[in-house]
Amino acid sequence: MTTYALSHLQQLEHESIHVIREVAAEFERPVMLYSIGKDSGVMLRLAQKAFAPARIPFKVLHVNTTWKFREMITFRDQLVKELGLDFVEWINQDGVRNDINPFDHGTQRYTHIMKTEALKQALEAGGYDAAFGGARRDEEKSRAKERVFSFRDRFHQWDPKNQRPELWNLFNCRVAKGESIRVFPLSNWTELDVWLYVHRENLPVVPLYFAKHRPVVRRGGTWIMVDDERMRLEPGEQPETKLVRFRTLGCYPLTGAIESGADTLPKIIEEMLRSRDSERQGRKIDYVEAGSMEQKKREGYF
Amino acid sequence: MSYARQIDELGIEGYLARYGRREMLRFLTCGSVDDGKSTLIGRMLYDSQQVYDDVLAATKKASARFGTTGEELDLALLTDGLQAEREQGITIDVAYRYFATDRRKFIIADTPGHVQYTRNMATGASTCDLAVILIDARHGVLEQTRRHSFICALLGIQHFVIAVNKMDLVGWSEQRFQEIRDAYSDFAARLQVRDIHFIPLSALKGENVVFRGASMPWFQGAPLLQHLESVHVASDRNLVDLRFPVQHVLRPNLDFRGYAGTLASGVVRIGDPVAVLPSGKQSRVASIVTFDGPIQQAFAPMSVVLTLADEVDVSRGDMLVAPNNAPPLVNGFEAMVVWFSEQPLQPGKQYLVKHTTQQTPAVVTDVRYRINVGNLHREPAGTLHMNEVGRLRLECARPLAADAYAQNRATGSFVLIDRLTNGTLAAGMIVERKVAEDTVQRRRGSADAGSNVRLQHRRKVTAAERAQHLGQRPFVLWITGLPRAGKSTIAYGLEKWLFDRHHHVQVLDGEILRSGLNRDLGFSGADRWENQRRAAEIARLNLESGISTVVALVSPLAFERRQAREIVGGRHFFELFCDAPLEACEARDEDGLYARARAGELGNVTGVDAPYEPPAQPELHLDTLHDSAADNLQKVVAFLRERKLVK
Repeated sequence: MTTYALSHLQQLEHESIHVIREVAAEFERPVMLYSIGKDSGVMLRLAQKAFAPARIPFKVLHVNTTWKFREMITFRDQLVKELGLDFVEWINQDGVRNDINPFDHGTQRYTHIMKTEALKQALEAGGYDAAFGGARRDEEKSRAKERVFSFRDRFHQWDPKNQRPELWNLFNCRVAKGESIRVFPLSNWTELDVWLYVHRENLPVVPLYFAKHRPVVRRGGTWIMVDDERMRLEPGEQPETKLVRFRTLGCYPLTGAIESGADTLPKIIEEMLRSRDSERQGRKIDYVEAGSMEQKKREGYF
Repeated sequence: MSYARQIDELGIEGYLARYGRREMLRFLTCGSVDDGKSTLIGRMLYDSQQVYDDVLAATKKASARFGTTGEELDLALLTDGLQAEREQGITIDVAYRYFATDRRKFIIADTPGHVQYTRNMATGASTCDLAVILIDARHGVLEQTRRHSFICALLGIQHFVIAVNKMDLVGWSEQRFQEIRDAYSDFAARLQVRDIHFIPLSALKGENVVFRGASMPWFQGAPLLQHLESVHVASDRNLVDLRFPVQHVLRPNLDFRGYAGTLASGVVRIGDPVAVLPSGKQSRVASIVTFDGPIQQAFAPMSVVLTLADEVDVSRGDMLVAPNNAPPLVNGFEAMVVWFSEQPLQPGKQYLVKHTTQQTPAVVTDVRYRINVGNLHREPAGTLHMNEVGRLRLECARPLAADAYAQNRATGSFVLIDRLTNGTLAAGMIVERKVAEDTVQRRRGSADAGSNVRLQHRRKVTAAERAQHLGQRPFVLWITGLPRAGKSTIAYGLEKWLFDRHHHVQVLDGEILRSGLNRDLGFSGADRWENQRRAAEIARLNLESGISTVVALVSPLAFERRQAREIVGGRHFFELFCDAPLEACEARDEDGLYARARAGELGNVTGVDAPYEPPAQPELHLDTLHDSAADNLQKVVAFLRERKLVK
């Protein structure tokens, strides 16, 4: 017997597909930001579903800070090949020339140049009028109020007081030249939903999410992985091998690992459900000051 | 977390299987500033153990700095977001919260209670199944309460929970609760809401939110969270009327043509007959395609791809429906509208309507009334301002497949968009189909009358013979451009030139048309559109009589010019673009049109507060800023000579 009922995961999936199709149909040059993390992976799968049996009709863009975990890049290149994506990588070459790094320039400045600025450069270079991002509203308090379609002015700035009302699933897709929209198809997903979907869909994820013995140092109350020779050790720091995994992925010197033995998807989900800390705890950037995420968004961060 | 207990019981795999079947419930919380709404949400999250330790620690820190509860943890701070708002101690936008129990996943649309933020509430309510309306037990039913209830009902929410909060401050009084319940029930009789449920509670003390508590033994009902877990909302969905607005056409290869979209309502199965709106063409569903393989049937709100058995023309904005249960195609309809923009509504001005997956220019032809949302009285009004609600009549340039909102949320809703700023100005809910149907009926009636006129049988002279008799090849030259761009100068210059060479020609411009034939038309978008349609029809009649026509009308919109071309017939129709920048046209403003528009005396003036869409590919493009009128006339003559229309 059919009950004509959808589970919450199915409903989220169908709603997100609707959003992705709407953007593809109404914008001239959409692009999907791919950050290699689990959320991006889910978003990419939803894009595949939105257009099957046709190919994804837009480019997929990765803004590379050059400080990502090596395993992330390996995973990315493999996935791009397997899915036959129309893929672009963007690196802020000015930043590379000036050797901008998280050690000498501080988290904020480094992130601003290699992420926020790089993203703006990439969007301008591509002439994109809509950019999909994998952000979720449950990630952080200021995100809770962001629209699914987030309007940005010519300078990529977000003005929380000047956002378009968003009713039903009727999205206003009109922008003037130079303006753009950031679109968040996963707005209504939670971290748990994302993992459940990864599990349901059997989606590949970067192995860093799974527990393994890795070389780490204790820094700022968290474990930082020594991913390559560029890692600068502070006086007294001695890399040690710990059984750790990551709840979120980013630039390795800024991403904290947690001690964990969860080496399968169900174990990860179980650990998360029993955990008493939110996922952003491992991200150093949010803890610089209260409201820091909001400040970054105003400047053009995703 | 509370999950831990369930995992212990079921094992993780068992837990995942069970969780996978959970339903989703979206609800709205609304209340006045001090009703304790944020505290209620915070309490719900806190007591159902959905708050992480690090978030709790940050909140404790914030409580000391911004909190209003002294030493105690300020639960309201769990949900407040933006920095500026936090410092002002208020919530000003819709914030979405997420939590889940073992029964359901919940999405909370947290909306503010201020008078000026009605728009946010309407936004939040538009996707919700249920509304939790807070009432401060000390104050009872306030104007705010009525306002919120009205908006929730207007947006089609069928389930209300009236949470009578701060019962601790009225001594947990059953009598007080009954008073409020009676007062609210009296008021709510005028709203069309199916299910209204009352719960006395204290968010601050945690009574009847997640746990029952001991202070109100006289209340036998379930606490709020338990009610939210069990309220039956599945039957609210419309599974009867098949409505599939086409979002996107997929053509991965020559053998596959699929229509991607989200079912707005109804169920579709392989083999079902479908009609395409607005064309009316019929076919059958050949397959239902998904990434995970073909399926036999799909239902709302699934996003799928349909293929049809026949090659019929279908594009984005079309709607697939059941042939025996199709919505009417309407050009005009009445709707309840919530006005969002600081710019008040301008009747007669052209806006864009976005309805399902299509957009069409539209004008508001009438403001029937405004609703005083405090007392639900109807008031006469000529416009709507921000946060006002009213009933309007709209006329659209293209027909919409529209249902009444009460029957169908997805095909009965629309937003109004400003053509110049692209801002979303208003949200509308279609309330009546009858008036609109009358219009269609009338038009259909006149179209039928037209089909009874059998000109072909009586006519003894053909268009070609007439033209031959006059010794000319007639044409229609359609001149478009901003007001004062030099259209009439070209038109009358050309008329004289043609007349001197014995070519029969008629000029139609705004002045000629409006002094007689179109005396009944004003300057609203719909009237201007009709003005152009009639000009095109005259041009067509002239053409059949062998006479050329030069039309000089602003005709600002591409689709209107396209329509004129269709009426006349493409072979004889030439579009001429009189191109001059707005500043130049304003400088030539001899009769003060622009000046009056700038002064706000005239509305809907192209270039000032109405858009102009320059032709992408006009047959002839004249620069009236740099080139003289005489030079431009020579260009037109050369153009006509090239096409052997004149000697």
